[in-house]
Amino acid sequence: MSSIPADLKYLESHEWARLESDGTVTVGISDHAQGALGDLVFVEVPEVGKALKKGNAAAVVESVKAASDVYAPVSGEVVAANESLGSAPELVNQDPYGQGWLFKVKPSSQDELAQLLDAKAYEKVVASEAH
Amino acid sequence: MGFKTPLFDTHVAAGARMVDFGGWDMPVHYGSQIEEHHAVRRDAGMFDVSHMLIADVTGARARDYLRHLLANDVAKLKEPGKALYSCMLNERGGVVDDLIVYFMHDAWFRVVVNAGTRDKDIAWLQRHSGGFGVDIKPRTDLAMVAVQGPHARAKTAALLGEHGAAALELKTFFGRELGKYFVARTGYTGEDGFEVMLPAADIPAFWNALKSAGVKECGLGARDTLRLEAGMNLYGNDMDENVSPLESGLTWTIAFDPPERDFVGRAALEAQRQAGVPRKLVGLILEERGVLRGHQKVVAPGIGEGELTSGTFSPTMERSIGFARVPAATADHVQVDIRGKLLPARVVKYPFVRNGKVLV
Repeated sequence: MSSIPADLKYLESHEWARLESDGTVTVGISDHAQGALGDLVFVEVPEVGKALKKGNAAAVVESVKAASDVYAPVSGEVVAANESLGSAPELVNQDPYGQGWLFKVKPSSQDELAQLLDAKAYEKVVASEAH
Repeated sequence: MGFKTPLFDTHVAAGARMVDFGGWDMPVHYGSQIEEHHAVRRDAGMFDVSHMLIADVTGARARDYLRHLLANDVAKLKEPGKALYSCMLNERGGVVDDLIVYFMHDAWFRVVVNAGTRDKDIAWLQRHSGGFGVDIKPRTDLAMVAVQGPHARAKTAALLGEHGAAALELKTFFGRELGKYFVARTGYTGEDGFEVMLPAADIPAFWNALKSAGVKECGLGARDTLRLEAGMNLYGNDMDENVSPLESGLTWTIAFDPPERDFVGRAALEAQRQAGVPRKLVGLILEERGVLRGHQKVVAPGIGEGELTSGTFSPTMERSIGFARVPAATADHVQVDIRGKLLPARVVKYPFVRNGKVLV
């Protein structure tokens, strides 16, 4: 069973979002997603300053098998990107909710975050995919 | 629900991630595809390849039949047990499938064909058998495991009891029946090793014994990265019914001599050779970060365009590598369109890796 921290918000497409104390939102992919992708070998993060629109592709994670888009859970401006993934994409596999974060967004509104799935709802998404 | 090999339950119990492959439920990895890949390059790994079809071709004219059907020439097979890689072509010179054929004795050849094409292949074999009086028998009673890596032969032979010594004496690209086993020194990884066929009912115990002997379970994911590093084509990706072997890096497998041998597809290939083969299959190494994938566009500036047929991240080289079908005049450098960006790639002669060593 993959880990689904209760304090995060999720997208059905397996991204997680965490509201930080400074008002920014950190984004990554879930433990389930990293497991399904397998060993990651390349991560393309968005450039700082880029404007993201909720639901649009914002980053790309590539495993040995395939490339997958990572969608922006909220609209806003990219304020940080995890540059260490350039040389160590495996951090996403090893620590998807910690060192494997992808980018941080300064959200243009707070409403979008509230619309995301909570851990319980995301757990159901993962369970339904297993069947 | 797809077809299942006799090892399906074993894979699921081991926690394999199962995927559909040509209609079969197969393990793609058991945890880490990259670790599985390294196990084969450095020690020993095993693959369930029971989804591939083994068929026995028997009859007094079996050799004549295969000399007509296959683009490579089984007349090259003189010592019993010797194997040959060949394409089976259609009349247009397209590739119906690629296969391995073992010469058992004058009236018995054994072929191994791809899983995704097995029904089509059997129909094709049957269709061309008229007049040769051969019998084509699919051996669905047999299962197959490929044990590959520098320590694969020793670890496997230790489990073959009285047949162990004979297995270790097998020369490269030879196979032999040893009791209930058929052991061949062949594979699809660029490493030494065996492919072992045995009765389907016996394969779970054999697999578990190999696992206990320290042979790592490997899925189709590692099989793909290993074969790509080894410079081996994958049917359906790198060639198919609509492309000539001469444009697929397989010219070396076409036996044009002797000129009087009239194999299926010969006329089309001769015509193509006469007219000039417009494209070629090349190896690529991506010079920047990113991953080459099948169907990405390749640009040879001033010459033309082509397409990746296979691409992946090479765990051994820690670079992205691939095969591309490009205009014949393509030289040493091309660009690959990855998500709208043109990234530079170097054209190389493959194999990229053999016997644990990087060659490019």
